[in-house]
Amino acid sequence: MLNNKIKINNKEYDFNEGETVLSVATRNGIQIPTLCDHPDFSVKENCRVCVVEIKGEHGLSTSCSAKAKPGMEIQTNSDRVEKSRGLNLEMIFAEHIEKCATCIWRFECKLLKYAKDYNLLINTFSDRKGKRPVYRFKNAVELDSSQCIDCRNCVDACSVLQGIDYLEIKGKGRNQEVVPTADVRKHCILCGQCALHCPVSAAQEQPNWQDVEREMKNDKKIVVVQFAPSIRVSIGEDFGFDHGEIVTEKLVSSLRELGFDYVFDVSFAADITTLVEAGELLERIEKKGVMPMMTSCCPGWVNYVEYYNPELIPNLTTSRSPQIHGGGVIKTYWAKKMNVDPKNIVVVSIMPCTAKKYEASREEMAINNILPVDYVLTTRELSFMIKKNNINFANLKESKADNPLGDYTGAGVIFGGSGGVMESALRTAQYVLEGPKAKLTKKRLEFNGVRGLEDVKETVVTIAGKDLRIGVVNGIKHIKELIPRLNEFDYIEVMTCPGGCIGGGGQPIPTSKEIVKKRIAGLYRDDTNSKIRVSAQNESAKEIVEWLEDNKLTHKTLHTKYFKNLD
Amino acid sequence: MAKLLDKIKKAELVGKGGACFPTFSKWQAVKNAKADKKYIVCNCSEGEPDVKKDGYILEHFPEKLIDGINLAVKEIKADKAYIFINEAYYKKYSTKLLGLIVDTKIELFKKPHVGGYIAGEESSLINAIEGSRIEPNRKPPYPSDSGLWGAPTLINNVETFYDVSLINSDAYNKNRFYTVAGDCVWPGVYEFSNDQTIGDILVESKNYPKFDFFVQVGGGASGEVLNSNQLDREVGGSGSITVYSIEKHKPIDVIRNWLNFFMNESCGQCTPCREGTYRLHEIINQNKPNWHMFFAILEDLPETSFCALGISVPVPIISYFKNVLKDNQEFSSIFVENNI
Ligand code: SF4
Ligand code: SF4
Ligand code: SF4
Ligand code: SF4
Ligand code: FES
Repeated sequence: MLNNKIKINNKEYDFNEGETVLSVATRNGIQIPTLCDHPDFSVKENCRVCVVEIKGEHGLSTSCSAKAKPGMEIQTNSDRVEKSRGLNLEMIFAEHIEKCATCIWRFECKLLKYAKDYNLLINTFSDRKGKRPVYRFKNAVELDSSQCIDCRNCVDACSVLQGIDYLEIKGKGRNQEVVPTADVRKHCILCGQCALHCPVSAAQEQPNWQDVEREMKNDKKIVVVQFAPSIRVSIGEDFGFDHGEIVTEKLVSSLRELGFDYVFDVSFAADITTLVEAGELLERIEKKGVMPMMTSCCPGWVNYVEYYNPELIPNLTTSRSPQIHGGGVIKTYWAKKMNVDPKNIVVVSIMPCTAKKYEASREEMAINNILPVDYVLTTRELSFMIKKNNINFANLKESKADNPLGDYTGAGVIFGGSGGVMESALRTAQYVLEGPKAKLTKKRLEFNGVRGLEDVKETVVTIAGKDLRIGVVNGIKHIKELIPRLNEFDYIEVMTCPGGCIGGGGQPIPTSKEIVKKRIAGLYRDDTNSKIRVSAQNESAKEIVEWLEDNKLTHKTLHTKYFKNLD
Repeated sequence: MAKLLDKIKKAELVGKGGACFPTFSKWQAVKNAKADKKYIVCNCSEGEPDVKKDGYILEHFPEKLIDGINLAVKEIKADKAYIFINEAYYKKYSTKLLGLIVDTKIELFKKPHVGGYIAGEESSLINAIEGSRIEPNRKPPYPSDSGLWGAPTLINNVETFYDVSLINSDAYNKNRFYTVAGDCVWPGVYEFSNDQTIGDILVESKNYPKFDFFVQVGGGASGEVLNSNQLDREVGGSGSITVYSIEKHKPIDVIRNWLNFFMNESCGQCTPCREGTYRLHEIINQNKPNWHMFFAILEDLPETSFCALGISVPVPIISYFKNVLKDNQEFSSIFVENNI
């Protein structure tokens, strides 16, 4: 038998073949600080704060890279270890300008936690990077060089994970800096994966929580909030819930506590999106329109098309995304119903995504000169606001979102995971084609071929006797594999972030493949528990679509245009 | 006639770039590696101050160097060999070298301007040739398993290939080249036996100082510092001896020079080296240096740095303190307070 045991702090532990010392330690509750380590990337071992003492080794070893070997003896908190770790952390603090007062990381900040654990002065050294610039990518993402600790996770996120290569390292030694590339052919698509992988607050969303707070103080405004499908299974993580636990009703209550006047669920708007999109698909098939049709509810993907493959613009569905549909409906249908001037309504979206900030600000979204969505907050920004206001999320009473925009179907919920938009549209297409009498058994409602975390999913589904060739791209990097083979498909879903919105650039940190899996499972649970699982059966959604039609608002509220982007 | 590899083994040849790794083992490993392609790199990046022996060989024995590389190409069945050469040497010697490598598998590769000292480190050098960012990679894999484009790669210093050529023609007599520099009358490159002491080399090259002095040996930045009573040793490392007149050089200036070098040559990948060399430099420039912090950082560098550059920062400084400054009034209290 293999003796797969190592000793950590004089106690024996089992390890699995190939496992790192860090992993064995963490699995057994022994805490080791880490900054550059991330399960999505191969080990870089550059922050050097995870060092431990391994008997027989010369210097200290980085536990994130050291593989456990039989008989290894490790000390994780000897004086020698603590001394070096502490000093490396102090030096890291000196290259990270603390902006804690307004930093949305304040409550989760690893750096501050380590400073406490190691009893560090965070100002042992003078701030080294005080004068470095902030790079802003549109109105969505920013890279604050004055806070960068040179771990390079953002570079890996942008290149290895996303294949965009927009970030690069300029200069060397103390002069190195992560910067947007000088290559004019490359563009940031605002996916925020750099922010999601940054261990400090250097790569981050451009925050809007202060704007929202200001609006809430204005008595003349009705501040309406709508939250994306995926948030219900992710935000709980920031308040001690398990990954993927469904906390919809607590989320709604927390939004009410914060002072939003009305709380709507974007899952409802996702039903509208599904109606529009499935309708367009069927129409394109019938009228021999541009095929394959491609989804467009992911703004990172839209940015990608506009920059890199503008020839695909005609393939994108003209359907707006759920948050824009939601905002549009609020400022037309709902405003009318409530008898308020849409100008006095402020719509705030809580999104898993940084690119949604940009999408909401696009001029062509305006309906009679009013933008449907005024502010977009990421999941992280919302967590921060809740914590900042001392709201005890876990203990909140449950409450339901407001109607009529609260009645959602399971199909709307699964929009949050890779394959979900596709599955939702297929359910409705099936329903529309086969008529209300069709037997939509559980088996027929669940399209397993589009589920899962593979990079590219391909399947053929038969709907009303027609074969539809389906492609689902999970992670923007993989679109490159499909582009040469587009004629093999009828309908393609593309989600920029790995796992879909559930792994979006605005989601809680950490996000990893394992965590994404659990969040997706949560969405499917919510879907299975829903009474109605087909958007076309959502009567309120249908009613609103009809109302828009009667009021000649269909085009303005439900459809959009795209542009070749050259900036 | 004995096989070349056996001869190298018998000659006990070790690398002359600084790391002193047995040449035989390196060759053997690459030779035995199973792979479609194999490469050789002759490291002529010579980026450390006061080391000039590679240039000397290029100037005087380029044929021998090329012969050594060609022998390696044959021995390990390499597809290609690169001479990774710094800009200054390229400018001076490329014409001559290009003439000598016609009809061989050897190619010149000019070290990129931004490369600096760290480009001489094996994995950085591979990155440089592959066109990636010039900084060390994690090890393993070692170049002998996975070097250039993932193929087994033999990397040796200029002097090693030169020695191999001598070994092959039975002309090797365990000599090596030494660069003598600094405050001396006849700076230059000298050839003496492998085990010649520092003192003997200074005497025989007529460079033995008549004033109070100390030396730095085995590398003009990373080398150890010895006082004039410690010259009964071999030189080691990359074979350099730099003489410092005690009167002429203020300690703080000497230390600042080393730190300047390390700070500027750090690739910046890892925290202790990128930040540590910067903070050491900052501290030494203060009116009242915080020696306590200074030594704490020096201690941290070899403990946690990613590569040999960071690890070697304290070598000259600590040995300078121990071997030279301990008699210096100004520094005596520092010794007691910091346990040196
Ligand atoms: S990440 Fe934010 S909270 Fe943490 S130290 Fe930096 S500024 Fe402060
Ligand atoms: S937002 Fe996305 S595309 Fe832009 S720099 Fe970050 S990772 Fe790259
Ligand atoms: S911006 Fe963040 S992720 Fe990128 S190198 Fe700096 S600290 Fe690391
Ligand atoms: S010790 Fe670290 S920063 Fe210094 S050169 Fe090596 S890898 Fe680069
Ligand atoms: S976490 Fe191990 S070196 Fe950064």
